[in-house]
This record gives sequence, C-alpha cells and structure tokens, in this order.
Amino acid sequence: MSKFLMPSLGADMESAVLMEWMVKEGDHVTKGQVVAEVETSKGVIEIEVFEEGIVEKIMVDPETECDVGTPLAMIRSINEEPLKDEKKSVFKTVQPSPEAELEQEPVDEIEVPEENLQKRIKISPAARKKARELGVDLDALSSKAKGTIHISEVETAATLKGKAPVAEDGMRQAIAKAMSRSNTEIPHYYLSSSINMSPALEWLEQLNSKRSIKDRILPAALLIRAVVQAVEEIPELNGFWKDGSLHMSEAVNPGIAIALRKGGLITPALLNAQEMSLDKTMQALSDLISRTRAGKLRGSELTQQSITITNLGDLGVERVYGVIYPPQVALVGLGHIIETPWAENDALSVQKVMQATLAGDHRATDGRTGALFLDKLNQFLQRPEELL
Amino acid sequence: MTKEQIKQTIIEQILEIAPDIEEDEIIPDENLQRSLEIDSFDFLRVLTELYEKLGVEVPEADYGKVDTLEHMTDYFAQRHK
Repeated sequence: MSKFLMPSLGADMESAVLMEWMVKEGDHVTKGQVVAEVETSKGVIEIEVFEEGIVEKIMVDPETECDVGTPLAMIRSINEEPLKDEKKSVFKTVQPSPEAELEQEPVDEIEVPEENLQKRIKISPAARKKARELGVDLDALSSKAKGTIHISEVETAATLKGKAPVAEDGMRQAIAKAMSRSNTEIPHYYLSSSINMSPALEWLEQLNSKRSIKDRILPAALLIRAVVQAVEEIPELNGFWKDGSLHMSEAVNPGIAIALRKGGLITPALLNAQEMSLDKTMQALSDLISRTRAGKLRGSELTQQSITITNLGDLGVERVYGVIYPPQVALVGLGHIIETPWAENDALSVQKVMQATLAGDHRATDGRTGALFLDKLNQFLQRPEELL
Repeated sequence: MTKEQIKQTIIEQILEIAPDIEEDEIIPDENLQRSLEIDSFDFLRVLTELYEKLGVEVPEADYGKVDTLEHMTDYFAQRHK
C-alpha cells in the first residue's frame, strides 16, 4: 500500500486545489495514468500516478486545497490484500458539486438551465478563473452580458461589487520568485551567434508546398528539433545544477516558453524530444501549445524540463538574453528572423538571419561549451534535411 | 456562401483561437497577427480550420495575401466554390 501525495509542480508551489478525480475507489491504475486534476497558479494540471495498482481509498474530496505532500489517495499494489474493515465505511461516491463541474468544464460553454430557455454562459477560460478568484457570480453576469464574457467584464463586475481585483496574481508571483532566485544564485554567461536561416527556410517551404495544410511544419518546430539535436551533442547544457554539481539528463525535455494570451508565461516540457522526428516534433508542439492555452497540462510536463527554449521571434525581437530557470543550467533564445546583408565567400547577398543566444550557468559549464553548442546548432540548420 | 458569410466564418475562427479578443477589435485593414497578437502557430490553426470549413487551402507563398481580415475575406471569396 502506498500513499499518493500532492506532487510539487514547481519549486515555488506550496499548495494546489484538487479539482476532480478521474478515477474512483476500486479502479485499476497504470504507471503514468492521469488520476486527478489540480488547479495551481499555472492553470489546471493533470497529475499522474507513477506506479501500477488499485485505488484503495480516496482521501480528499474535490475542491479541497491541499499542501504539497498531502496524501490524496491510497494505492494498493496488485498482489496486496484490500483493507477489509475500513473499506465499506469509507466508501462513498465522490460527487462533485454542480459548482465544481462548472469550474472544471474544459470547453468554453456551460449549460445552465435558466428561466424557460436553455441559456449557455459563454466565457473565456481566463475569465472564468478570474471570476472564481474574485468571487463573481457568473449567472448574474451572464444575464447582463452580450456574447462571450471576458476578463474585463469580470473585473468590472467585481469592482462594482466593491471587491477590488486581487493584486496578487499567483502566476506572476511564481515567476517573480523563480526569476529572483535565478538572478541571485546563477552566474549567467551569455553568447550570441548569427545563423543564416535562408537554406533551412527554403528547404521547409519546399517541403510544405508538397503537403496538405494539416501536415505543415512551422519554423518553430524545425528550430526546436535543431536545438534538441545540438543538445544531444553537447549534453552538459541539458540537465540540472543540484547539490553543488551538474547532473546531466538523459532525456532531452526542452521547456518551451509559451506566452498565455494577456499575461503570464508557462514553459511546459516537450518530453523526450530526442526520440521525435521533425513531424513528431511538430505534432507534439501543437498538442503542447493547445493544451497549455486550454490549461490542460500534465504534472510531469511542469517538472521535468531539462533546458529552456524561448522564441520571441514572432514579436520582432532580435536577441533574447534569457534568465535560466533553476535548477536548469541553460536557456536558448531564438530571435526574429530578419533579412540582412550577409557576406560569404567574398560575395555580399541578402539572407534571412536569426540571432541565436545561449544563457549558460557558469557554475555548470564554461563559455567554450556554449560556443560549441551554438556552432552545432548552426551546422544542423545549414543541413535541415538531416533534421527530418 | 456570400462574402459576408465568409467574413463571419473567418471572424468566428479568430475568436475561437483567441477568446479574449472582442469582435470590434478586429480592424479590417490591420495586420491580423500583429494587431491581435496571434502567433504563427495560432495563425496556422486559423487557416487549417478555414480549410476544413471552406475547402480553400492557403499555400505559404500566399500568406502575404491573407494578412488582414479584408484581404483574407477577398482571398477566400475568390477561391471558394
């Protein structure tokens, strides 16, 4: 028999709200199975079990705030005897309250029977979260709102009620803590390199022109694939600084910085990216971005990042000097690809050029390691066909 | 499908991808990606959804012709059967 505990989903997490159980007592669970959803400052996260067994007992009801390490359930291994005496008395059907269902609904529309017609509350996920934080009654708000309810309306409603919006935003606080720790503890070094992206982009355009729109590869996926390949050659940048030494990670789990619309940032991991082809990388990236925006990440994706990749290229930024997310030891920044004069082989031409930067933890590696990495990255991007 | 219906279909897809945007924030002649902060990933999703709905595929080479709501509406209206 073992206890299934509230996991720590990041160094700064102290507690989370157990929102919903995906299993019930008596269910058989397998390693890696999602068993519950918890809500943290990073949104709703699916948490997994890491052993096989039978759910013997569920110890926490939905919508309960639990500290990290709180036992949530008892898991009995397959060959163990069930707990006989307790079983009947503790067994009860955990019925989430209607409110709980309303809050967890993954889609954006909730059916609410109202008066004589069926009316749906159309609300953005962020607005719903805000409404809960501020204690705004959605039914009342929806009767007045036209169309989809957005954050601004929720905030206005809260202000009218005399409840000022809560200044402390959980995600902002979590980012603040981690970044302060990083800048205090980690002696960063920064390197930057110009990479001619024309060959890779031309190659990608050729590839995409033969494909249906559904199978198109974005440059972002190609870049991630190239970073992963380069990291495999320079494994010192892929790992953790723990207890005064570098622990390299076998799996390459790049945390991909994904901005949430209207504030906040999450860097969930693309788990085991070293095993993915280019197509697989694109599919996994699509899936990861969609789930991040929908607030549907797994616990492992928030805890196992071994290096971070940040791409602010869409916003036109040319160079990104990132802050390493501890305990990781490196961050790769990819800038906006711009057309620029390029001298090569005694000739001047205009090429599409990207600035790749590396922020390294100087305790773990030296500039030379970082330089080798940027050189490898460049080499892979000059031979994109090898990234398939 | 009329041009107006095509325009509405496009707006619906944008609002689906970016639920925090209000319909009146979509200015017909402004660059969609920049003014609404739609990244390349979301832009591809919009085009993929529109392909499913309208049966028109936008090759990458034509991205310049679908940069604003106005241009995108024209593009799909011309090719939609």
